[in-house]
Amino acid sequence: MARITASVYTSHVPAIGAALDQGKADEPYWQNVFAGYDYSKQWMEENTPDVIFLVYNDHATAFSLDLIPTFAIGTGVHYPVADEGWGPRPVPDVEGHPELAAHIAQSVIQDDFDLTIVNKLVVDHGLTVPLSLMFGQPGQWPCKVIPFAVNVVQYPVPSGRRCFELGKAIRKAVERFDEDLKVQIWGTGGMSHQLQGARAGLINREWDNDFLDRLIADPAALSAMPHIDYVREAGSEGIELVMWLIARGAMADVAGGPAPTVKHRFYHVPASNTAVGHLILENN
Amino acid sequence: MALDKPYKDIPGTIIFDAEQSRKGYWLNQFCMSLMQAANRERFKADERAYLDEWPLSEEQKQAVIARDLNWCMRTGGNIYFLAKIGATDGASFQQMAGSMTGMSEEEYRDMMLRGGRSPEGNRYLGEDGDAQPERQPQGRAGKGAK
Repeated sequence: MARITASVYTSHVPAIGAALDQGKADEPYWQNVFAGYDYSKQWMEENTPDVIFLVYNDHATAFSLDLIPTFAIGTGVHYPVADEGWGPRPVPDVEGHPELAAHIAQSVIQDDFDLTIVNKLVVDHGLTVPLSLMFGQPGQWPCKVIPFAVNVVQYPVPSGRRCFELGKAIRKAVERFDEDLKVQIWGTGGMSHQLQGARAGLINREWDNDFLDRLIADPAALSAMPHIDYVREAGSEGIELVMWLIARGAMADVAGGPAPTVKHRFYHVPASNTAVGHLILENN
Repeated sequence: MALDKPYKDIPGTIIFDAEQSRKGYWLNQFCMSLMQAANRERFKADERAYLDEWPLSEEQKQAVIARDLNWCMRTGGNIYFLAKIGATDGASFQQMAGSMTGMSEEEYRDMMLRGGRSPEGNRYLGEDGDAQPERQPQGRAGKGAK
């Protein structure tokens, strides 16, 4: 039986990818960001899963305004790294797990979540930056990845409640997969940031840390928070945080199991325009 | 009955909803085209000629040529799409976001290093924070331009 061993949460700032790719990781500005991931890289080495179910948002890369799926699951074999306008990041392409992805799609759709099934997909910084933060810069990624893209670009975006419920359905699906696989679920993006207008650069440190506290201790109550609170308090792009609730909803305690262990928690301001938040929760 | 849009009262913020998306469809699709290196070269060689290949309004074309991202957003642009213009120009996301505040690049970067813009006074229109319409443009650079 496949099982979810841990969940990982991290911001996915494009400038982090650029800093790594351009060899700026040792500059003091970026050192402060990457220091928060030193433990994580070591933890990843010791806890490399077979598959990562990686929840992220596409930033107008694979999906233009021609097609705006609320939830899209990658069921393909191979995902090339996208050219987002400055050439593709020099990181390995991503290998999928089509069998598990198709199994999850089948199960979750039957649980009333309308996923869009995607076999051809280029992946952007939303997906590759978290991999770089957790694995560094290997010649190939050490495990398979199922991309799961959530629309947080065009409103309305899915509610926190729906994301949390979706996480529960994903956990159920994973546990019904016959092969013995260790699966991690990652929720990426977010912490406070606003990239637009006269309010650009908004950072709400207190709100972000309260979000982390509640995500750990009482995610069900947190999931009831309306969109407008994310936008007002954490900036227009802070809405990306709803994706963390998908990963959190897939943890064992939500289904009556023991509470997870907090293996690591990190928060830092700024990385480019945003606050960086990061959390590793292990299932017990 | 009108749909609930509670986000209309946040200062300095345009939420990219279905209404904005419809208005900005071609502007944003033009931006997507810049994900191909050949298109970036054609755009850089003759911006006006490249823009004229797209069914944009004249105002949208002017906003792109001016690199005025606030103006682009008012005409339906979305920041994730508009970022392709910045990428084509070689601008960082921080430079792009900063350009929308009226602050100089240095002023904006320094604000971020000090912990970013405070939410205080910037949650609702009519408060007294630095993102309120009557406080624009911001920063020394903005004041000099007035």
